[in-house]
Amino acid sequence: MRTSAAGRPGRVLARLVQLLLLPALLIALWWVGSAASGNYYTPTPDVIATTFGEVWFSDRFFVDVLPSIGRLLLGFALAAVLGVGLGAVLGLSPRARAVTEPVLEFFRAVPPPVLVPLLMLLVGVNTPMKLAVIVSGCVWPILLNTIEGVRAVDPVLSDTCRCYGIRGPRWLTTLVLRSASPQIMAGLRQGLSIAIILMVISEMFASSSGLGFTIVQFQRSFAIPEMWSGIVLLGLIGFVLSVLFGLVERYVLGWYHGVRAASRGE
Amino acid sequence: MTRTATTSPDATLGAGANRALLGAAGVAGLIVLWEALPRIGAARPAYLPPASEVAGALAGRLGSAAFWTAVGDTLAAWALGLAIAFAAAAVLGFLIGSAPRVRAFTTSTVEFLRPIPSVALIPLAILLYGTDIRSTLLLVVYAAFWQIYIQVLYGVADVDPVAEQTARCYGLGRLARIRYVVWPSALPYLMTGLRLGAAVALVLTVTAQLVIGSPGLGQEIAVARSSGAIVEVYALIVATGALGVLVNVGIRALERRALRWHSSVRGEVL
Repeated sequence: MRTSAAGRPGRVLARLVQLLLLPALLIALWWVGSAASGNYYTPTPDVIATTFGEVWFSDRFFVDVLPSIGRLLLGFALAAVLGVGLGAVLGLSPRARAVTEPVLEFFRAVPPPVLVPLLMLLVGVNTPMKLAVIVSGCVWPILLNTIEGVRAVDPVLSDTCRCYGIRGPRWLTTLVLRSASPQIMAGLRQGLSIAIILMVISEMFASSSGLGFTIVQFQRSFAIPEMWSGIVLLGLIGFVLSVLFGLVERYVLGWYHGVRAASRGE
Repeated sequence: MTRTATTSPDATLGAGANRALLGAAGVAGLIVLWEALPRIGAARPAYLPPASEVAGALAGRLGSAAFWTAVGDTLAAWALGLAIAFAAAAVLGFLIGSAPRVRAFTTSTVEFLRPIPSVALIPLAILLYGTDIRSTLLLVVYAAFWQIYIQVLYGVADVDPVAEQTARCYGLGRLARIRYVVWPSALPYLMTGLRLGAAVALVLTVTAQLVIGSPGLGQEIAVARSSGAIVEVYALIVATGALGVLVNVGIRALERRALRWHSSVRGEVL
């Protein structure tokens, strides 16, 4: 009893040290290195931090950052609906899968950013173009993972559902999509990181606002600390989205982790 | 559904040929559709040129030396970037993965750095290296490294404790245990990492050429677009896709070869 009571603050402290030691060391190293070299291209962390506050906690947040994130999420949501919907159809029909497989393999192999110039010509430089770029890139991992997941539905469970007369939408949601969800989530996670990349690229190319545009603008005008603050912001967005996705995933796949833990005998 | 699981080798061969036939039909259907849409006026030929025109433009490109130089530049940057990322990720992954204490200290940093989109580094790459191949490499290595590193960590952690203890009991030293126990159990993960990393590396190679303008297929596409040559843009996109398919097929073949002994490849064990 006494040891655990005495051990708890110690353990929390040890955990904090574990979390923060390496980042603190790296930042210190960066600080010392950039201060010592005095290099124009690598400002010290305190300069980047103050610039970050000045640049991004202003109108820019509403003009550039929020619309960018909005497009990113909308594009990702469209790709998710499209990918899971089509993936369920193709996964359930072996014939349709056989017909479309080589075509899908080809489209997946096209690096998504090369579609940006094409879509610029076709759609013009506007919001639909940016959404089209994001959807056209991040739909593939979602689609292919959904196909794989739906294909691998346990045939015994499938037969059981048939025996009990579970069919239609109920069968789709309780059996097919549920048992495919671990793979669908893996596809969504891959799709999310591709969506961020494409959001930035679609703005770097041809745009007059948005995060990607602003950062390139800073770089062209040699506003170095501002450029660094933009890189940090993109990093933070990527990090926050990945944490949020982890939370959603834990909720959606709660049953799955439960089953796995039970089968391990915990 | 259960019947297909117990088919004889002949039947699966027949099914394979059937599948290939259906796949070919799918490809043919797409090409016919692509040819027909602009011809019957359902799509403006200025926006969607017929497939035959794109094929002609592609054939013309295939005959020019500049195209093959661009393909060579793209492949060189891809291969070099992937090799650097692979070497760094494999070494670091094995070292840090086999020391759980060190791993605990690095987790927070890795989880923070990993989701950072590598295109965020584009402005930095331009500042540091201009349109040099090094700016492409910076993006490619950063993107591919995490894919492989995470897989290696999982692989090293996946070593069967019974196998590990057995090896200890038989008196295998540290190096021998790494060679005969850790390496084979981590190899499938390593190959998966390589496959994911290869695809991401190609995407970032072409992106860097497209945005930064370092020589390669991406730059060719950017040039074709700015001169409004839409047939050329389509032809180059098809070429890039074909390159992507080749890379995927190549890595898959390598994976099968390296994992010949593994149950995921040796289907008969299942």
